[in-house]
Amino acid sequence: MNAPVNPSDLSTATRRGLIVGAAMVGGSLLVGCSPADILSLGAQKVDSAFGPFVKIGADGWVTVISKHQEMGQGNHAGLAAIVAEELDADWSKVKVEEAPANAKLYGNTLMGVQGTGGSTAINNSWDQLRKAGAGARAMFVQAAAARFGAQAGDLTVKDGVVSDPKSGKSASFAELLPDAAKIKPPENPTLKDPKTFTLIGTDRVRRKDSLAKATGTARYTQDVQLPGMLVAMVAHSPRFGGKVKSFDAAAAKQVPGVVDVFEIPTGVAVTAQNTFAARQGRDALKVTWDDDKAEKRGSDVILAEYKQIAAGKGPAEIKAQAFETKGDAANAFGGDVFRASYDFPFLAHATMEPMNCVAQVQGNSVKLTFASQVQTLDQLNVAKVVGTLPGAVEIETLFAGGSFGRRANQDSDYVVECAHVAKKTGGKPVKLVWTREDDMTAGKYRPLTYHDVVVKLGADGFPAAWRHRIVTQSITKGMPMQKGLDETTVEGTKGSPYLKATPVVDAQVYMPELPVPVLWWRSVGATHTAFVMEHTIDQLARKAGQDPAAYRKALYQKAGAARHLAALNLALEKAGPTPTPGWTRGVAVHESFGSVVAQVAEVQVKDGEPKVGRVVTAIDCGVAVSPDQIAAQMEGGTCYGLSATLFGQVTLKDGLVEQTNFDTYRVLRINEAPQVETHIVPSGEHPSGVGEPGTPVIGPAVANAILAATGQATNSLPMVKA
Amino acid sequence: MATTLQINGQARDVTAGPDTPLLWVLRDELHMTGTKYGCGVAQCGACTVHLDGQAVRSCQTPIGAVPAGAKITTIEGLGGTHPVQAAWVKHDVPQCGYCQSGQIMSATALLTATPKPTDADIDAAMSGNICRCGAYQRIRAAIKDAAGVAPAAPAAA
Repeated sequence: MNAPVNPSDLSTATRRGLIVGAAMVGGSLLVGCSPADILSLGAQKVDSAFGPFVKIGADGWVTVISKHQEMGQGNHAGLAAIVAEELDADWSKVKVEEAPANAKLYGNTLMGVQGTGGSTAINNSWDQLRKAGAGARAMFVQAAAARFGAQAGDLTVKDGVVSDPKSGKSASFAELLPDAAKIKPPENPTLKDPKTFTLIGTDRVRRKDSLAKATGTARYTQDVQLPGMLVAMVAHSPRFGGKVKSFDAAAAKQVPGVVDVFEIPTGVAVTAQNTFAARQGRDALKVTWDDDKAEKRGSDVILAEYKQIAAGKGPAEIKAQAFETKGDAANAFGGDVFRASYDFPFLAHATMEPMNCVAQVQGNSVKLTFASQVQTLDQLNVAKVVGTLPGAVEIETLFAGGSFGRRANQDSDYVVECAHVAKKTGGKPVKLVWTREDDMTAGKYRPLTYHDVVVKLGADGFPAAWRHRIVTQSITKGMPMQKGLDETTVEGTKGSPYLKATPVVDAQVYMPELPVPVLWWRSVGATHTAFVMEHTIDQLARKAGQDPAAYRKALYQKAGAARHLAALNLALEKAGPTPTPGWTRGVAVHESFGSVVAQVAEVQVKDGEPKVGRVVTAIDCGVAVSPDQIAAQMEGGTCYGLSATLFGQVTLKDGLVEQTNFDTYRVLRINEAPQVETHIVPSGEHPSGVGEPGTPVIGPAVANAILAATGQATNSLPMVKA
Repeated sequence: MATTLQINGQARDVTAGPDTPLLWVLRDELHMTGTKYGCGVAQCGACTVHLDGQAVRSCQTPIGAVPAGAKITTIEGLGGTHPVQAAWVKHDVPQCGYCQSGQIMSATALLTATPKPTDADIDAAMSGNICRCGAYQRIRAAIKDAAGVAPAAPAAA
């Protein structure tokens, strides 16, 4: 059986929704189009005899066409390895190329559109790419059989060479290419028995882009230079929901190198000959903003309102939605109960490369050159702005300098902004550059979130009744996929093994609306639900007088959560019985994106700030395609989650974002980074997510260590406020 | 008015004004895009280059402030086979990779000044370089590998 896919993650939640949504986003242009029409909008193709995913050159090099964007998560290594394994290619002669925008050929089978997200790259490509590699292999074998006068079944393939052990004849892919390319790709090639894999699951699977990235030659959006290209910057409203009232461009136009100044829907655009001139021109603009409908509250005011809402004292129009209900809650919370509340701030993704895009509009044709994460939506949204068909929007997808969810959004915010500018440059290509400050104050944050928890323990010390209230903005609001409950607001609390093991559950979410734009942020709902569930369970264990790890194990047994149990056991075993002297341990376990991650974190409080040392991690992600990249994602995901836990917060004061750059939005640095050890639970199940599941576990593990050391719970993040 | 800069062993005449940050001269005028823009305020280190062997933030270095004849080295100037770059590839350090030019320039400056760095030396030299992907432990491992320092060298702190 396949590993379960979290039903609330981006991929599965949007499976149907985004297709329908795409039609709506496209508006009148697409009236009457079926989803199948929309999926065949892509005009570009890859010309190869071996199908859309594999090209083989006359030099014998294998090029794997990746339908997934590489934003750091290492999926290109894994995707290439799947093809190379089934093809029996020479791994040292395999490279990766980004697919063109073509949803029919390159759609994410879990999303319905071409896009990368929800930790689905390996998961949704697994069958497809095995087949692509096996199909190409069969073509070479058939070509070799004809050449050798042998039976196809007698031939072997290794490192891109087909051999006939009987006759001793052999030929390389390069030699066989002209013959193999004439063979029709088989419909259903025979796949390998996973037990015979020689590449997948080994440390031979390495990144293909490390050299380019270590030499400064990897190409990012920021690096695009085209003949005649202009650079644009846009003055945005300092408050969310503000509009341009008027502007004075005189001083901006005096700046040498500034080409033009004009209003677009999101603000006032300055185009210039280069980035520095665009920045100076933008800084010289005088814009008066209409803040009538803008958010003018502070984060503290919003949080205070959320507390009222959670207590059932909020505005009547903000209605509770139940997401797990069982048993008789009315009479279940008498006597001594455990109560806790937790608050989480807005968080910026703060990718190293601020958002940017390059667009060229020539008549009805559009060329986008940038790190597109959901190509189909970017095509549809830009087509609507330009007034053309989505298929006329060509996309060359580049490396992204990080995303963590930021580049995947339903309205393609910065892409559409770039298209609005490119419409007014007389056909010249334009690179829209957001400064760090633009990027950090533009919103699309992890929502500010509040949890309120009441638990009644039974006589056995385990939860007998669990009441849970979550107040958070909906991420999927406005997307056609959302019908009432936004699963991303509750995932991780909903479906928790602890709730499964509890007879009475009364869990509800409130989703107030704010002008502050919010978005998925690496691991999405789990960024807060994992913290609440895992830190609460530690406190309950202590209340029950039990060891937190043993308490979890008992609950996993009650809930039938075998994968949680196995991951926890592996992490505990690898951590060993004794903490590093002077350090205190905390444990946390969480399932997201179909994978279960358990961590044992060692923590000290030093100079008033928590310091995290050794972090032993166990992950069950199904078949481990590229173990070293899984380790890299556990290391990086842990740092990303720890950065938010310790320091991350975007706060509003009178509606203005207080953090504008890395001097005020503190992030984890090398002297604060833990040493993460990764251990993989052996599994033959379908691969599940890796990019996100490592992020949400470290926060509660650290909080639990602090709880163990000091008896103090953590009820508000980040831990270091200043 | 042209300014002459010594970049990676070559004299380069540029037309940008003296207040233009070296970062934008490298990227926009000379099309040497290995040096990255990350924050513009010398907080993230993505724009790190060497000025006479010292690691500096090119986003906060106007070309008018570069002493005449000072030697500028960028990631392109390391040549691609530098031991630090080789260690980066060996350890698969990069994830998104956007910060890595700056990380490598800081690391090479560190190893020039301190060939056998302790963990504390690495912390001090590298804490100005942010990696949002969190590749920090591999950065540390690669620096030690390039320096020939044992990976489990005890922390000096």
